[in-house]
Amino acid sequence: MELIVALGIGILAGSGVWLLLRPRTFQVIVGLSLLSYAVNLFIFIMGWVRGGLPPIVDAAVPPDPARFADPLPQALVLTAIVISFATTALLLVVLLAARGLTGTDHVDGREPEE
Amino acid sequence: MSALADHLLIAPIALPLAAGALMLLFDERRHALKAAISVAASLLLLAAALALLARAEAPVTHIYPIGNWPAPFGIVLVGDRLSALMVLLAGVLGLAALVFSLARWHRAGPHFHSLVQFLLAGLNGAFLTGDLFNLFVFFELLLAASYGLALHGSGAPRVRASLHYIVVNLAASLLFLVGAGLMYGITGTLNMADLAVRIPAVAAGDRVLVEISAAVLGIAFLLKAGMWPLGFWLPATYAAASAPAAALFSILSKVGIYALLRLWLLLFGNGAGAELLVYGGMATLAFGVVGVLASQDMARVASFSLLVSSGTLLAAIGLGGEAVTGAALYYLVVSTLGIGAFFLLIELVDRARAPGAEVLAVTAEAFGLADEEAGPEEEVGVVIPATMALLGLAFACSALLIAGLPPLPGFVAKFALLAALLDADPVPAAGWGLLALLVLSGLAAIIALGRAGVRIFWASQERRVPRVRVIEIAPVAALLGMCIALTVAAGPAMRYLQDAAQALHAPRSYIEEVISRP
Repeated sequence: MELIVALGIGILAGSGVWLLLRPRTFQVIVGLSLLSYAVNLFIFIMGWVRGGLPPIVDAAVPPDPARFADPLPQALVLTAIVISFATTALLLVVLLAARGLTGTDHVDGREPEE
Repeated sequence: MSALADHLLIAPIALPLAAGALMLLFDERRHALKAAISVAASLLLLAAALALLARAEAPVTHIYPIGNWPAPFGIVLVGDRLSALMVLLAGVLGLAALVFSLARWHRAGPHFHSLVQFLLAGLNGAFLTGDLFNLFVFFELLLAASYGLALHGSGAPRVRASLHYIVVNLAASLLFLVGAGLMYGITGTLNMADLAVRIPAVAAGDRVLVEISAAVLGIAFLLKAGMWPLGFWLPATYAAASAPAAALFSILSKVGIYALLRLWLLLFGNGAGAELLVYGGMATLAFGVVGVLASQDMARVASFSLLVSSGTLLAAIGLGGEAVTGAALYYLVVSTLGIGAFFLLIELVDRARAPGAEVLAVTAEAFGLADEEAGPEEEVGVVIPATMALLGLAFACSALLIAGLPPLPGFVAKFALLAALLDADPVPAAGWGLLALLVLSGLAAIIALGRAGVRIFWASQERRVPRVRVIEIAPVAALLGMCIALTVAAGPAMRYLQDAAQALHAPRSYIEEVISRP
């Protein structure tokens, strides 16, 4: 299970970094989204990979940490998702403005000279 | 303590946040109302910051558990000397930029005032928080507001520069998240004081993971501070931003330095990575010096001066020692105020000149064409109108501040820094290197600014007398006046900052106060 999650994060992060370094603004924004998925998953598994455990303490069950998932990374990842969603939306607007003002989707605002 | 005073620590965050949200309710035609709310909120913020500063006597004066959850579990705000100082600095710059913008800039976009208030809320939150993830949230708040401000006024150059700025800072935020997540995974806490307790107790095998997480966090902070290989985005963005936004941005790069100073000294004492800071800072300083000399546009000169100041601070922090840190804090205050005033001034001065004049002027200088056609009839002397005289005086003051020449506090700051550096016995080689670079950076600044000043104010080229309103020159004069006051009151200011530095270098009392207080 750990191996699969780790590989998934690695593939997402690798693809994200590769796209981030591409010259078209749309590739950059998709790259940033993939990177943020990778980072969100990364934070999430910092509460350890364990399935089927609730993050809420039940009064009927003795309070043993092994019976519960750590709720804090889940709260953190929720905050991080909201923030990255908002900033990605903002970046999308800037991308469209840049396309409209410069007439190209190259990140430098002009096509490279051949 | 009265009930109101108990809540003083949250005021610098809650006040601008509420004011900014309130202004969103009014549409963009009600400029006067928005301006009134914004200025009133900034004045209140300034009062709150002064009250915080006045109470900052013990190493940690205020602890504010949000929602009344005790320290390692809930999020706490911590106010000490350094935080109080930074909050005051942000408040002063914010008010100056706001008043300046009232002349015309605040009408250039619908939500200028809200964005400024959100930026101030984010800045103050980052300075006051005692929690690593909360620091991330406030970083995002101030960055989101700064994206809007960088775009304020629109236009192709601004949009192009902002695109780079946003992408670079989003990537840095992701690094911050990776660092914070890893730190939580190993130590099981995000409270800064609790981290400082738990990191020495981490098992030897996990130690390397803690260091990796600290390094990733460090990259995120250094990127904000604009350290050499990470700071290429800074001059382009700041030079393209509108004048009030750029003046506010002069404190943004100091947030990275603040976070570094706080976390590095708290979590790791004065150990790992010091050399990286010293040499990275010196490389930034050298890059800034070359940039200052090479720039033709005044806004770029100011941006590279900001890099020079970042580099100086990073290298000084890396060299360590209480005395050096205290002097560096004085330098931080002075350079932030000076460069902020300079960004505002540039816009006023630029109105006097035809567009493209500076490129022509420097080209003429390079090819030896200058002064050839200056006829004898012009030697009677040009009558400088009162506006130009006033602008010239302000320009000379900022130039002296940035270059660090007496009698202004730039000199006091550099002198204190050099004296503290040379106090060590024996002086390390890096200390001598920093000394040489500091002196060189002063020389470069005076050459670049002197050249620009002569071209603008004395050279007999065609120019119009700019129309400058009192409301625009007053913030510049106030910022410069504050710097002069800092020279006169250098003694008490230095004592306060030395105390702040001492508390930073002995974090034990900070940790104990935060953890033990109910």
